[in-house]
Parts: sequence; C-alpha cells; structure tokens
Amino acid sequence: MAKYLKKDDLGSWLKELGETYKVIAPVEEGDAVVFRRLTDERTLRIDRQATQGPKGVLFPACEELVSFKYVKDPENPEKTKVEVKETVEAEPTLIFGARPCDARGFDVFDGAFTKCAVKDNYYMARREQAIVVSLACTKTETTCFCNWVGGSPDGTGGSDVLLTPVTGGYLVEAVTDKGEALMGGKLLSDADDARQAEAKKLLQEAKDSLREAPDFDCMPEQLYALFDNMDFWEKQSAKCISCGACTYLCPTCHCFNITDEQQGKEGSRIRSWDNCMSHMFTNEASGHNPRPTKAYRLKNRVGHKFCYFPDMHDGHIACVGCGRCIKSCPVALDIREVVTAAKECRLPEEETSDD
Amino acid sequence: MLEQLKDTIKKALPELDFVIGWGMGFDALHATPLFMYEPEDVDKLVWGPLNVHNLATYLPALKGRKVGIVVKGCDSRSVAELLQENLINREDVVIFGAPCRGTVSLTKIRKVIGNTGLIEDVNYADGTLTVKAEGASHEMALKDIRADKCGYCRFPNAVLSDHFVGEKRAPQVEEDTFEDLAEFESQPFEERRDFWMKEMDRCIRCYACRNACPLCVCRDHCVAQSRDPHWLSQQDGVRDKFMFQIIHATHLAGRCTTCGECERACPVDIPVLLFKRKFTKAIKDTFDYDAGLDPEATPPLLAFKANEDNIKEKEW
Repeated sequence: MAKYLKKDDLGSWLKELGETYKVIAPVEEGDAVVFRRLTDERTLRIDRQATQGPKGVLFPACEELVSFKYVKDPENPEKTKVEVKETVEAEPTLIFGARPCDARGFDVFDGAFTKCAVKDNYYMARREQAIVVSLACTKTETTCFCNWVGGSPDGTGGSDVLLTPVTGGYLVEAVTDKGEALMGGKLLSDADDARQAEAKKLLQEAKDSLREAPDFDCMPEQLYALFDNMDFWEKQSAKCISCGACTYLCPTCHCFNITDEQQGKEGSRIRSWDNCMSHMFTNEASGHNPRPTKAYRLKNRVGHKFCYFPDMHDGHIACVGCGRCIKSCPVALDIREVVTAAKECRLPEEETSDD
Repeated sequence: MLEQLKDTIKKALPELDFVIGWGMGFDALHATPLFMYEPEDVDKLVWGPLNVHNLATYLPALKGRKVGIVVKGCDSRSVAELLQENLINREDVVIFGAPCRGTVSLTKIRKVIGNTGLIEDVNYADGTLTVKAEGASHEMALKDIRADKCGYCRFPNAVLSDHFVGEKRAPQVEEDTFEDLAEFESQPFEERRDFWMKEMDRCIRCYACRNACPLCVCRDHCVAQSRDPHWLSQQDGVRDKFMFQIIHATHLAGRCTTCGECERACPVDIPVLLFKRKFTKAIKDTFDYDAGLDPEATPPLLAFKANEDNIKEKEW
C-alpha cells in the first residue's frame, strides 16, 4: 500500500529516521550539491540532481583497509613482526534523495563487489547496513538518458523505498522488505487514489520527455570489433583532457587503487578511487603502459560500461544514464555521442566484404 | 564576423592537420571544443560568450603537428606562455584571433536560473543573454553573469595571432587592481581557514583543475599521483587536497595568465582560481611582470637577476 508524506513533514520524518540511521542526503555546499550527513546546519537540496551522487557512501573515495605496525620481538630484538588490524566499519545508514539512476549504480557495485568469486567485505558490510530511499524524477535534464540503458525516472533498482513528488508532498512506496520497515512511521498516511494517479501522470510525462532510446543490444559485439580501430578512438577522444571528473562522478565507476601510507613504524593500507582516464591507471611496474594515450583510456571507459561489464554480468550495462559525465565534463564530452558513433561506425570488415 | 572567421579558417585548413575552435555541445548553453578536420566541420564553429574553454591546453600534446587554434584574448596569453617555454613551436601553430566581449560563468547562470540542466534555448545579442528553461525566459546582462576574469580583462584581443578577424575591442580595465583578492583577504584568518576547510572538503581529486590548465605541463608525471617517489599521500583529507592546490599554484607563479580554466573545470565548484590570483599579484608586485604577453620574455622565477629591483636583500 502506497503511503503519503506531507512536504512539511519531510524534515521531521528524516529526523525521526535519524534516531535509527545515519541519514545521508543531498545538501548545499558552496555552489555544489553533495551527499553529506544531514544536520540542522545543512540545507537539504532535492530540487535538482546532486552534483555528485551518493556512491561514496557505500564506496568511499578513500578508506583504510588495514592498519599496520612494525614491532620488535621483545624476546629476540633482531626480529621484527608486523601487527595488522583489519578495519571493517559500517553502521546503519540511510541514503535519502538518491535518484533512481544513482540507486541503480549500487546494482552495478553489487555485481562487482558481492557477486564475483571474491567478495568485498568492506563494501558488503556497508551495503548490508544501508537503506536507500530514492526520489523519482518528475523532471528530466538535457543530459539525462536513463532510458537508454535500462533505467527509468521511476526505476526502483538498487532502492528500498521510492518517493514520488506530488502536490503538497510525496507518494512513498516500499520496494524491498527492508524498505517496508520504514512504512510504519506516524507521519505517513495512506495515499488516496488521486495522489497515486497524479504520481503516475507526472512520471509518464517525465518518461515522455526523454529522448528515444537507441537499441544497444549490439554494443558488446560492436565495441569488440572496434577494439583495434584507434583512428576511431583518437577522433572520439580528441577533446578529452584526461581528468577524472567523469569517472569520479559516475555512479557505477568502481576502480580503485591500493596504497600503503606509512610514517615511521606505523601505517595504513588504504583503498582510494582510481580512474581509467588517468595515465597511471594500470601502468605496470615494468614501465609498460597498456593504455598509453587518452584514446586507449576513453576506449576503456566506454568499453567497460557498454561491453566488458555487460559481457560478464548478464548484459547489465554499467552506465545508469545520470548524465553527470556529460554535464560536469570540463569540455562537455558526451558519452551518448561516443556510443552512438561506435554503434553507427561502419566496420572495416564490412567495407572489404562488399568488394 | 563569425562568417569571416569561418572563411579565414577554411582558407588555412588545407595546410593544417586540423583547427581547434568551439561548437555547440549537448544543449544550447554548453559549448564544446570543436576539432575541425574538413571544411564542413568549420560550419559548426561558434563564437560568443559561451566559448568558455581555453583551447591552448591541447597544444603541448600536439607539438610537432601543424594545427590551427582559435583564441580569445586570454587564451592567446597561454599560447604566448607555451611558446616562451618551448612547449610548442611557433611555426607549427596557426593562431586565429577575434575580439572577445567576455565569456559566461555557468555557475553564475545556475545561481540565476536555478538549474542549468533544463535548457530549451539560448540567445545572445548586444550584451544580453536570454536563456529559456522550463518554459520560463531569463534575461541576463553579460556583465552580471560573466566569468570573474572578464571583469578585470585587459586583453580582449589576441596578444598574438596570424589572422585577426573583426574590430579590436577596448579593454575592460586599464589595470588589474585585485579587488577580489583584497576582499577575500580582508577576512580574519580563522574565517579564511574555515572557508578553505569547507570548500576543499568536497574536492574529489579528479584533477580537472590540473588537466584543464594549459600550463600544467608535467601532464602524465604529476607529483600528485607519482608513486615513486611518493610525494603526496593518497589519503583524502583536506590537508592533502589543499597541499596539491598550493603546489599547483606555486608551480604556476609567474606563468599563470589567470585564464581561470582550473576553476571553470572544477566539477564541484571550488574557487581555486583565488590561489592563482594571490600568486599573480605577488609576481606583479615583486617583479612587475605579466605572464603571457611576450613570447620572447622569460618568466621571473625561471630567470636569475643578481640584483632584483624589488627584493632588497643587500639593504637589510
């Protein structure tokens, strides 16, 4: 049964939830909107897509994996041993105000961190303790393309609860059992048919406002075929300046680096975000760089999302169409254009077969 | 003027690998760098206040190729600086200049209209930008939404060019008085510290500031990511992020033309140009030097003078 929450009660509802969970929500910070712990001093901003999504809540930009310390053996001072302490930290956390695209990013993380042969304990601990309350989109931006990659303005993938803005408040619907637990709050009343009908209409309008989705079923094959066509990738990447804005703002990018930061006898093994736009990415100890130029690196970003990841995860495209890589790109490089160009690129094999 | 610029580029194109200019991006408010290989590409060229990018940043990586570049006044200063440092060859680069009236700050436009993601149409005429978004029309005077750098612009025309199209404009100001910096520095230390603690906290270390900078020339060998030697920690505290900004600004002292690309490129809107303003003023005060005006000059910190005019080390 769908519930209704009055707009004026949103703050109180979040405060109430704050007694059980650490509530993380999009707030204003300088000229940006970022996900932060909601406090009285911070201003909630849910009228537009956040500059950066909530990915860092489950996959922090930097986290300690283990702390270590070299200690001398008191029995035999010639011997030094390393004391290692694993630091898995997680607490009940509620992510509020993720957009359906942001939440779908967690589906991709789940695929990479929880469903492969090696499970990521750090991610899994946080994921288990997290509850995602998403906000459906009744407006879409010029950079939005969730419908191209299997999403939707009211998509529920990765979410536990979905809110839809309606006149005077929100329609509140549980998506998972975890989300069902939130439906009992005193501030939630049963939603009447008129509100449900309004939500449906607004969401349909949002869906209709999106550009028609091309068929990407052929993409893995097409991108494999373009793998060695460096002329194509050089042209596509010409304006890329090789920064990491696209990947660090991406709800699905999950590559990381591991570094030992040591001072004296103590240190931390930390995991921090890495990005395939960087020259250092997968640079080998031998000095060989398998992706020596930005053309190779852009090929990797597009290839991973539309080819290699789907290939390994039942066709699931590792892009949620949030559009942040387009609108926050310093040079407005448009991944839609790259993928469309790849799709339409006439492969050399076809040209020769005509002869 | 735009048509004249296009004709000039088309005439020069056969001798060049390509020419870099601007075209329209994903909506009517966002321009994007345009690489023109064929004459029909040139037809997509745009010129106006939306041409925010400094295209000189592409040049060092293209050293050795014959390329053309379209520049605003501020961009041309970066080209001059790159020439000074031998990072590009003058004979390989053909420079197309045109008078600039200023470029917009998309952050300022967002403050006026609320969300720059819902653009329907944009028109610019006689110093007024009209943005249609979500059914509403917003008229904004360019002087209210232009990038801060345009407010103290002294070089609206290219300082060097092979082809200059259009009538030269008068500068915005005769002298840069650094009022923005004075205003910031008038705050007590604690407030400035708190300001940076808050602003730098949301830095995502994407290094867009660095990569958009035409003079950040270490490129793939940056101290921020070098693992051996391990100069900077990969911890993501404010201290480490701030440290990088100070290194960046210091490395640019006397070379930075305050083109503002670092700040414009920042996806989370951290006002990092302020660091460079501080150093630019220090260089101006100490050496009476403006970067990027003379391709033959040497930046003061790359030179040695036994007796500096404004450093009185022998008269303590």
